[in-house]
Amino acid sequence: MEFFRIKRDIPFMRHALVFNAVSLVTFLAAVFFLFSRGLHLSVEFTGGTLLEVTYAQPADVAVVRDTVAKLGFADVQVQNYGTARDVLIRLPAQKGVSSAQQSAQVMTALKAVDASASMRRTEFVGPQVGDELAADGLKALAFVVVGIMIYLAIRFEWKFAVAAIIANLHDVIIIMGFFAFFQWEFSLPVLAAVLAVLGYSVNESVVIFDRIRENFRRYRKMNTVEIINNAITSTISRTIITHGSTQMMVLSMLLFGGATLHYFALALTIGILFGIYSSVFVAASIAMWLGIQREDLVKGTVVKKDTDPNDPNAGATV
Amino acid sequence: MNRYPVWKYVIIVIALVVGGLYALPNFFGESPAVQVSAAKTLVKVDTNTLAQVEAALKAAGITVDQVVLDGTSIKVRLNDTDAQLKAKDAIQKALLPDPSNPAYVVALNLVSRSPAWLTGLHAAPMYLGLDLRGGVHFMLQVDMQAALSKRAESLSGDLRTSLREKNIRHSGINREGQTIEVKFRDAATRTQAQAVFQDQFTDLQTAESADGVDFKLTASIKPDAARRIQDQALKQNITTLHNRINELGVAEPVIQQQGLDRIVVQLPGVQDTAKAKDILGRTATLEVRMVDESAEARGAEAGTGMVPFGSERYLERSGQPVIVKKQVILTGENLTDAQPGFDGQTQEPTVNLNLDAKGTRIFRDVTRENVGKRMAILLFEKGKGEVVTAPVIRTEIGGGRVQISGRMTTMEANDTALLLRAGSLAAPMEIIEETTIGPSLGAENIAKGFHSVAWGFLAVAVFMCIYYMLFGVFSSIALAFNLLLLVALLSMLQATLTLPGMAAMALVLGMAIDSNVLINERIREELRNGASPQAAIHTGYDRAWATIFDSNITTLIAGLALLAFGSGPVRGFAVVHCLGIMTSMFSGVFFSRGLVNLWYGRKNRLKSVSIGTIWRPESGATIKAE
Repeated sequence: MEFFRIKRDIPFMRHALVFNAVSLVTFLAAVFFLFSRGLHLSVEFTGGTLLEVTYAQPADVAVVRDTVAKLGFADVQVQNYGTARDVLIRLPAQKGVSSAQQSAQVMTALKAVDASASMRRTEFVGPQVGDELAADGLKALAFVVVGIMIYLAIRFEWKFAVAAIIANLHDVIIIMGFFAFFQWEFSLPVLAAVLAVLGYSVNESVVIFDRIRENFRRYRKMNTVEIINNAITSTISRTIITHGSTQMMVLSMLLFGGATLHYFALALTIGILFGIYSSVFVAASIAMWLGIQREDLVKGTVVKKDTDPNDPNAGATV
Repeated sequence: MNRYPVWKYVIIVIALVVGGLYALPNFFGESPAVQVSAAKTLVKVDTNTLAQVEAALKAAGITVDQVVLDGTSIKVRLNDTDAQLKAKDAIQKALLPDPSNPAYVVALNLVSRSPAWLTGLHAAPMYLGLDLRGGVHFMLQVDMQAALSKRAESLSGDLRTSLREKNIRHSGINREGQTIEVKFRDAATRTQAQAVFQDQFTDLQTAESADGVDFKLTASIKPDAARRIQDQALKQNITTLHNRINELGVAEPVIQQQGLDRIVVQLPGVQDTAKAKDILGRTATLEVRMVDESAEARGAEAGTGMVPFGSERYLERSGQPVIVKKQVILTGENLTDAQPGFDGQTQEPTVNLNLDAKGTRIFRDVTRENVGKRMAILLFEKGKGEVVTAPVIRTEIGGGRVQISGRMTTMEANDTALLLRAGSLAAPMEIIEETTIGPSLGAENIAKGFHSVAWGFLAVAVFMCIYYMLFGVFSSIALAFNLLLLVALLSMLQATLTLPGMAAMALVLGMAIDSNVLINERIREELRNGASPQAAIHTGYDRAWATIFDSNITTLIAGLALLAFGSGPVRGFAVVHCLGIMTSMFSGVFFSRGLVNLWYGRKNRLKSVSIGTIWRPESGATIKAE
């Protein structure tokens, strides 16, 4: 089987400007929604109490909401979770009332209305823990960004590092934009997914950059645009197949992983979809706008080339 | 060209065997068990106990799968949960003749069903996180400021005694937060006092100041001493928690320090969360102080006067105010045991205490000097104190055995004894994070995690085999090998597997196939460009390696960041993610090449390789492989 029968290099870079404009628009839209709607942060970040309650028959969310509201908790959220029989209740942290009391109170009230209510999970997080988690999350993000940039700058060149990181932050912002727009719950596992996407998406860019570097050495008559086009074209089948198989795994998580893994898998799905796009149209084109040249990569690799016996152009200079 | 030296195959075989062995225990599942461990430090679980347990089980006629002495506990493996409950009752009856004074903890547990020879190799299954087995997770924050204030208070008490012994006259010792102020009438006595400080109170640093006519000496705890005090406080709290949790009879609880001032407690399988929280959450500290019996204090007790200087007002359980001195005589640290009981003469419920050597000495001195006076036992919960009881000292009490009686119900006596026995906390604690996961949810999570990995794996493997033919089969085998290595590695490290960990496993498998796709695509490309099959395989693997290395390192950077800054579920994800990247580099490149070399390497005149269709743009025709 062969999916890709590409006769000539596809002129990806001819449309770079258009695609960059499109990604700029999506990026700005994501930023806009992040600011206007904000992330629906999970209880891990905000602090508070979370109860997962299951019923013998489909639960009436309105009744549950009513029952909990009658207890005098302000700002209670009740929603279905996973199946129709499971309900998720979020209570904000209250001063002076322990979570034990909160959850016990709520459970007694719910059981009084419907005896089949049973507790599956409760979670309580103090506000100081939430702040720390948010801080740690940002630190992790910064660490990843700086770490990857340093690595790429050493292995390739700073222009590639900048291009890759912009492309991948673009992915991250877009995932968060989705979470803000749909008000999906942004929890710790979602944060893990976002960071995993960052690593994964850089992976993509690296494969293309790697090919660009190789092409610079191999095809000495091509100009930068042709080299980039050739690199993307010759790796496109790999890009799509790899993404496809990762996507299969993630889809399997989305389908079989249940409610707990739902948003985690969703974040990965979006990340993978945008990951292909961003490494092709964002990373490569930014590298192009930054003006990568043969000299950028070749000067660092002269020594290496001499030691490569398979390279027919060893020692040649242009 | 495509041959591996023998040693490379030896490495592969070793990895396969070791991986297989250590991954194996995970497939045996768990059987219900009863775990017997010591409830007191003096009690040892040894072969005698083992014999006792065996005899008890035989007497009850319960068929047992296996009884082993495992370090400091005995594990009895049973066939079903029914036998488990019966066995627990039988063992409890035999080992614990007096339930109010348990020497052992008998708890229900789950034990791996893997055979003894595997356990002998230290091959144990992965430890399942709470989200997969159900249970309670708490994070407790220790109030370090309170620990320091308390230390300052006891130091100021010692200071008073020392100054009296040395005959140095001061005009008042006062504690304000964590600083102690001592006032003197002249500079000479202050200098004398300062010598005492330097000699006996090395934990304190002093500063001189003048306040009107007074000469003042301000002492505060040195930073390194403060650090030590905090460290000790945390350690003591952990010990106390161990004791308290033992009372619950939980098998395999996790009690760990986290950071400088936090303690994580995980109780797998605990369903009665209210009780767990109640026992853990009793952040009580115990203090014994003298009741202030001066006339002013009496007045204050009656509500007509001010509380005298150096005393504080607390309420008794009945609501009656009691004025007690600030100076602490004893704390819970000096207590070795506490039991509820009955007074032989009056038949009143009592609490019987045993004190350690230091406590005994102090208690004897204090009771001798204060016969006929009242002594208060105070319990501090969340910074608020309450007088548990304030009995009158009838005689000098030596020997360290103390009986407290008066106005207590049997229930109260039991509760007080439990609290005292469990030891007091060096500093109050507060639950700042709590998660409870029901057992059914845990089982569901395992099934869901397992299904996502299994279906995802199957989909990828089927696709690879169709698209890349024989090379796809090699890739799929390499992928399976990767999964095996990952499971083996996690079992070896005894890492805790959580649901996010299982998600990471699925993700890693999806990403691991990337190496093989890169390689296979590269080989096809070489073939398309007219390379000979052997050369194509060789170049394909070689050229792809640089790319695989670069892309995996960048992914690893992200994984390490998660590991460094994550906590809880993120950490569980990161551990599997990082390990998975490393195993996938090994299996995707080294192992899969081993397979390819084994299959194709020996064929000198290889015409074609089975890697699916190679399409050539120039001719527009396709070469069908094989």
